[in-house]
Amino acid sequence: MREVCDLVVVGAGPGGLAAACRAAEAGLDVLVLDAQPEPGGQVWRGEARQGSNRLARRWLTRFSASGARFRPGARVIAAPEPGVLLVEEGPSSFAVRYGRAVLATGARERFLPFPGWTLPGVLGVSGLQVLVKDGLPIRGKRVVLAGTGPLLLAAAATIHSHGGEVLYIAEQASAASHWGFALQLWRQPAKLLQGALMSAKLVSVPTSTDAWVTAAEGERRLEAVRLSVRGREEHLHCDYLGAAYGLVPNLEVARLLSCETSAGAVVVDDRLETRVPKVHAVGELLGIGGVDQALVTGELAGLVAAEQPVPLELERSWHRVRTFAAQLARHDAPRAELLRLATPDTLLCRCEDVPMSALEGCQNLREARLYARLGMGACQGRTCGTAAQTLFGWTGEDVRPPCLPARIGSLRIPSDVSSTPTRES
Amino acid sequence: MSAFDCVIVGGGIVGAALADVLSAEGVSVALVEARSIGTGTTACGMGHLVAMDDNAAELALTAWSVALWRELADGLPRTVEYDACGTLWLAADDEEMAAVSAKVANYRAAGVRAEVLDSAALYEAEPALAPGLVGALRVPEDAVLYPPVAARTFALRAQARGARLMTGCQVRELRPGGVMLANGELLTARHVVLAAGVASPLLCPGLPISPRKGHLLITRRGAPVVHHQLVELGYLKSAHGTDGASVAFNAQPRVTGQLLLGSSRQPGDGTREVDAKLLERMLKRAALFLPGLDGLQALRVWTGLRPATPDGLPLLGPHPEKPWLWLACGHEGLGITTATGSARLVADQLLGRASVIDARPYSPARFLSASGHEVAHA
Ligand SMILES: Cc1cc2nc3c(=O)[nH]c(=O)nc-3n(C[C@H](O)[C@H](O)[C@H](O)COP(=O)(O)OP(=O)(O)OC[C@H]3O[C@@H](n4cnc5c(N)ncnc54)[C@H](O)[C@@H]3O)c2cc1C
Ligand SMILES: Cc1cc2nc3c(=O)[nH]c(=O)nc-3n(C[C@H](O)[C@H](O)[C@H](O)COP(=O)(O)OP(=O)(O)OC[C@H]3O[C@@H](n4cnc5c(N)ncnc54)[C@H](O)[C@@H]3O)c2cc1C
Repeated sequence: MREVCDLVVVGAGPGGLAAACRAAEAGLDVLVLDAQPEPGGQVWRGEARQGSNRLARRWLTRFSASGARFRPGARVIAAPEPGVLLVEEGPSSFAVRYGRAVLATGARERFLPFPGWTLPGVLGVSGLQVLVKDGLPIRGKRVVLAGTGPLLLAAAATIHSHGGEVLYIAEQASAASHWGFALQLWRQPAKLLQGALMSAKLVSVPTSTDAWVTAAEGERRLEAVRLSVRGREEHLHCDYLGAAYGLVPNLEVARLLSCETSAGAVVVDDRLETRVPKVHAVGELLGIGGVDQALVTGELAGLVAAEQPVPLELERSWHRVRTFAAQLARHDAPRAELLRLATPDTLLCRCEDVPMSALEGCQNLREARLYARLGMGACQGRTCGTAAQTLFGWTGEDVRPPCLPARIGSLRIPSDVSSTPTRES
Repeated sequence: MSAFDCVIVGGGIVGAALADVLSAEGVSVALVEARSIGTGTTACGMGHLVAMDDNAAELALTAWSVALWRELADGLPRTVEYDACGTLWLAADDEEMAAVSAKVANYRAAGVRAEVLDSAALYEAEPALAPGLVGALRVPEDAVLYPPVAARTFALRAQARGARLMTGCQVRELRPGGVMLANGELLTARHVVLAAGVASPLLCPGLPISPRKGHLLITRRGAPVVHHQLVELGYLKSAHGTDGASVAFNAQPRVTGQLLLGSSRQPGDGTREVDAKLLERMLKRAALFLPGLDGLQALRVWTGLRPATPDGLPLLGPHPEKPWLWLACGHEGLGITTATGSARLVADQLLGRASVIDARPYSPARFLSASGHEVAHA
């Protein structure tokens, strides 16, 4: 089976949706692929079913009316030749031949190892939030959240509104950095509103800057956490711990396409085109910047792809969101203490059970991979590779196909991919 | 006075095995590797330790090498994943089955155990195979291992005996009395051994070594699908002949419960990219032998560059024109297997001793005349 389109959009989060809307409205034949069953990406997960978020509703409605085609449950796994993506969808697979591409694959959480981080009951901050949105019974459960930045509060708000008891919010950033950042939110009206709404609901939750988890404890699952709070130690009994330190872009598809990356983000020009001609990148791929950045860059890339003029207002917004992203990066950068929590027997790679001690003598990620099996498992280093880069300053490894585990049958590229799009862009 | 008796250029499995053998003989060694030990072609190979009988010289070297590995096996750490699973050479038709008898005789003459399985015995041994195969040749003492850790183990053993391990250290030039490093430093040694795999001609122009690219695929962990290293006898037809890309069915059980699948050959291709069309051919071929294959989860596909010589045999021994330079390169698709034998052959020559097998078929002089020019090879 095959698909042909003018523009393929990988990822249906706000970035991908905005790009698809703009391009489809301008007349392009747009195909949107997402591994998830519904559009919305991370931030608008579930909004397509039962939405309360007005911004999400507006974009999802606009998307439905745009004429763009959407294929849910479609995972991009390989890029067998320029202009072609290989996609696995349920029990089958298909190839997409595209004229242009917008990559909008978003971000994942950054996990840093500490004793007990692999116990059941320990999750990411946003990961826990997503599970709660998807129906994890949280009513009456005691939850500790540890991490950094606005996502901590977003997660707390969701857990709180589903009846969970948030015992503590530990923000790793220093007070100076945190309040400096919070003040910058004044320049970001949408974010300010979000932040204010969140904190209003959470006034009673103890929160501290300069605070982080030092260990999770429990026999078979999580029973308690140890926190370092401004130099003091705290011990709290709880049912769930959400612990993650900011986000990192999902660069796999971009790197599969040979897009250049720098400092953990895709390199683009002012048309959001990567170093690979006709391939654009938007949203978190440009460096973590949240919904506003995703929407603005998505719209921009969609217009550029459709060869439409870019309104000045949009250009201005882009500069604004970039400033925010840079501030966020400074705020969320994990502090040095977080890099020293793991003990020799703490696992770094949970797919392959690789403890920290197994890395002795390894000088780089390739050695860790080849000698100690770090990142050799099912997640191909998505979690431990990021942690190792943060802990040791190692740079990333090449991405090899498939960029997500895929059936061998799906890698057998169908031979009937025509070489010219049916419609001219 | 030289700093070392011997400097080995290249820390792949071949250079590392040589460092192990020489250091055990009391020779002072420096092992100089541009990147990390065992991360070149060695990290891309399948790790099948296999006796091969294309010609007498190949059989002599591979049979001896597999036996040397077996002697080493008990002393290797678990992480080397040495597993004496044996090889099954699969016969798809009567013609291939007829070839099995000839192979059995060859192997037995070289002291390699080999037995013929009829169709029933084959399916009992490997129920996952597609129906219709007529039988197989079983070579029970062949084995598999995990090459990069094997190479690292050799290097660390040499280091423990006093050898100097220099990683992240590129050699720029070979010269009488030592090597010049990329940083301009001179490392002096009486002997220089070139074991830089596919990069060897860059340091010694005129060496008849060219890349022959191969693809491999590994699956997720799960129940073992096969129990032996499986190779189609048709492989012998497809793997040889230097022109054109070819594929053959080659499947290996890993101790991790993963399945490693090969393989392809692209003569003269020195690129690293996965070739999707060739991969499709390779997987299609494999699916003919393992019908359940398409449903297995693939984790990763990669490529590697085999250092190929015109006659498929490695270059082991003195450079005919440069008495200070020794060659240990050009192992094509058998360098993991023959690393042990190669190390012994080169060490024996360097120390002026006779070897267990005749070293002449691997002598670089068969390609390089004393005037330093390449000799035409028949
Ligand atoms: C778990 C999590 C929860 C978050 N929750 C919030 C929140 O509540 N509030 C907030 O403001 N921000 C949240 N964020 C931050 C979020 O990254 C941004 O707000 C915003 O969603 C970024 O938009 P995007 O379009 O760049 O990417 P995303 O919204 O992340 O969308 C990327 C999409 O690409 C798809 N994708 C990725 N790789 C492939 C592939 N190979 N094949 C097919 N599809 C693929 C994914 O399925 C996903 O739907 C969260 C982030 C994470 C990781
Ligand atoms: C797909 C595939 C499957 C294979 N399967 C098998 C198998 O099942 N069984 C088997 O026996 N063999 C197999 N092989 C073959 C085997 O992998 C090779 O023959 C073997 O790894 C060659 O080892 P080497 O040490 O010569 O080369 P390499 O491992 O490439 O080592 C050479 C080293 O030299 C270093 N170097 C290069 N230039 C310099 C310089 N200027 N200064 C310093 N260092 C330098 C490199 O960084 C490298 O580490 C396979 C190969 C491939 C590609």
